Amino acid sequence: MIRVELSKMLRSRRTWSTILLIDALPTLVAVLLAVTDLGPRPGQGPAFLSAVLTDGTLYPLAALGIVLPLFLPIAVAITAGEAIAGEAQQGTLRYLLVRPGGRTRLLVAKLVSVLAFVVLAVLVVAVTAYVLGITLLGSQSLTTGATSVSGSSLSTTELVARTGLALAYAMLCMLGVAAIALFLSTAAESPLGAALGTMAIFIASTLLLTLEASDAVRPYLPTRYWLAFVDLFRDPILWRDLVRGSLLQVVYVGVFLAAAWANFATKDVSD
Amino acid sequence: MIRTQSLTKHYGRIRAVDDVSLDVHEGDVYGFLGANGSGKTTTVRMLLGLVLATSGTIEVMGSAMPRHTLDVLPQVGSMVEGPAAYPHLSGRANLSLFDAMGRGSKRAGRAGRVDDVLDRVGLGGVDRRPVRAYSLGMRQRLGLANALLRSPRLLVLDEPTNGLDPQGIRDIRALLLDLNAAGTTVFVSSHLLTEIEQMCTRVGILDRGRLVLQDHLDQLQRPTGRVLLRTPDPERAASLLVGRDVEVHADHLLVDAPDAAVLNARLVAAGVRVDELTPERHTLESVVLAASTASSDRMERA
Repeated sequence: MIRVELSKMLRSRRTWSTILLIDALPTLVAVLLAVTDLGPRPGQGPAFLSAVLTDGTLYPLAALGIVLPLFLPIAVAITAGEAIAGEAQQGTLRYLLVRPGGRTRLLVAKLVSVLAFVVLAVLVVAVTAYVLGITLLGSQSLTTGATSVSGSSLSTTELVARTGLALAYAMLCMLGVAAIALFLSTAAESPLGAALGTMAIFIASTLLLTLEASDAVRPYLPTRYWLAFVDLFRDPILWRDLVRGSLLQVVYVGVFLAAAWANFATKDVSD
Repeated sequence: MIRTQSLTKHYGRIRAVDDVSLDVHEGDVYGFLGANGSGKTTTVRMLLGLVLATSGTIEVMGSAMPRHTLDVLPQVGSMVEGPAAYPHLSGRANLSLFDAMGRGSKRAGRAGRVDDVLDRVGLGGVDRRPVRAYSLGMRQRLGLANALLRSPRLLVLDEPTNGLDPQGIRDIRALLLDLNAAGTTVFVSSHLLTEIEQMCTRVGILDRGRLVLQDHLDQLQRPTGRVLLRTPDPERAASLLVGRDVEVHADHLLVDAPDAAVLNARLVAAGVRVDELTPERHTLESVVLAASTASSDRMERA
């Protein structure tokens, strides 16, 4: 069943057009940077963007910083929101269940396929950004090593390991989005409702982060630590936010997956 | 095969299904009749574990549902409230996908199984176009093919001939009767009386969520004890039969007579010519209407 769900996801034209769209923005930014040679001043604009002009190998991280706040969560919310509500709307959910698939198994298969989508999207962005980075922006690190955000230099192995960690962290954050969207997908009538509901939560969270009055709840907002992967490139690594961010996401994932399961397992399927 | 006890489902304050005790025997072609909105589909969904009952018990093939869904459903083929398929895939791709979704379904022989059921429903020659481009009738046949995958012992079909033309309806009826002859129990819900009349051996009638009647079709269509008489001499016949309960209609008489043969002998002996003489039977329609009226009274008082 997991295999069927995976192949459904991979064979769907929408999966690939979504990934293509996500990928288009960092590509456009890379081209613009390469053509104009005008980077934002250090400390302004998305993370790493000022550094990539001299060092293209950092571009995957810059690309991550570009898609993580909006593009990627939208794509994940749509894909995960589709999971159950989309089948219900199409009328195929009842036939999957009477086959019989088993409700828990179906939910797990959907989760795995959403997870695969997250990994795929992040990897595609990272790989294209890497290729773009070294072809368009040039690299210095292959010989001398990259420069960390703190100014010290990183060896190539350090850079690779930290980039890997950053990608994994981004995937975990997106899994948090997926869990919420999956829960809403078991509750909402339409896949669009589930996706928009998820987006509403994240827009609200982003908004609250900028508000001084919301100081008390700020550490618990789902988007609070999303961009903490930047801290992996300080010297030494600043673990505090990364750890908090990871724990927070794990809690969100756990709570919402449990809610999704509890809701779906006892739900009347009447679409 | 299917046995429910006081099955009840509330949606908020609405009682969609109220105290329904179904009893479907092995080998039946069971017709589940009811107007639109009478609770047929909700009942079917409960039988299949899609909707959870508010109270009451369900037993399918001897096992309690929905607790034993995973053991029971592999032996049940179903179509609930119209067919559904992934519109961007071909019919064949849809069937292999649904087949693969089943627990413990083997990849070996899948293509053969799919071809087999497509042949059975008359879609054997279907090409690779997506289901999006199918006509309503083709979708209906595809839905039936999906129900027939895995050679079920019990078929649960909700309005299986919806959207089919007369030829298609006849095909499907023949197919279902064939399957039944080979040992498959068939449970068909419908709001079409003729459909049920032509196919079923037993009938359950649902009215506003209540099972108002459940019996053999023969029993429901039993003689009324009256005889329909057509004759060129209606006045002579009527005068001859004074003392009996005779209803005179424009082109026929309805005579209260337990035995048509005795009546015939008497008429002929008296020189009354007889065109036609048939024992009158209850029609399914009259039975359904009678049953439904009674229950609508109950609703009004409640």
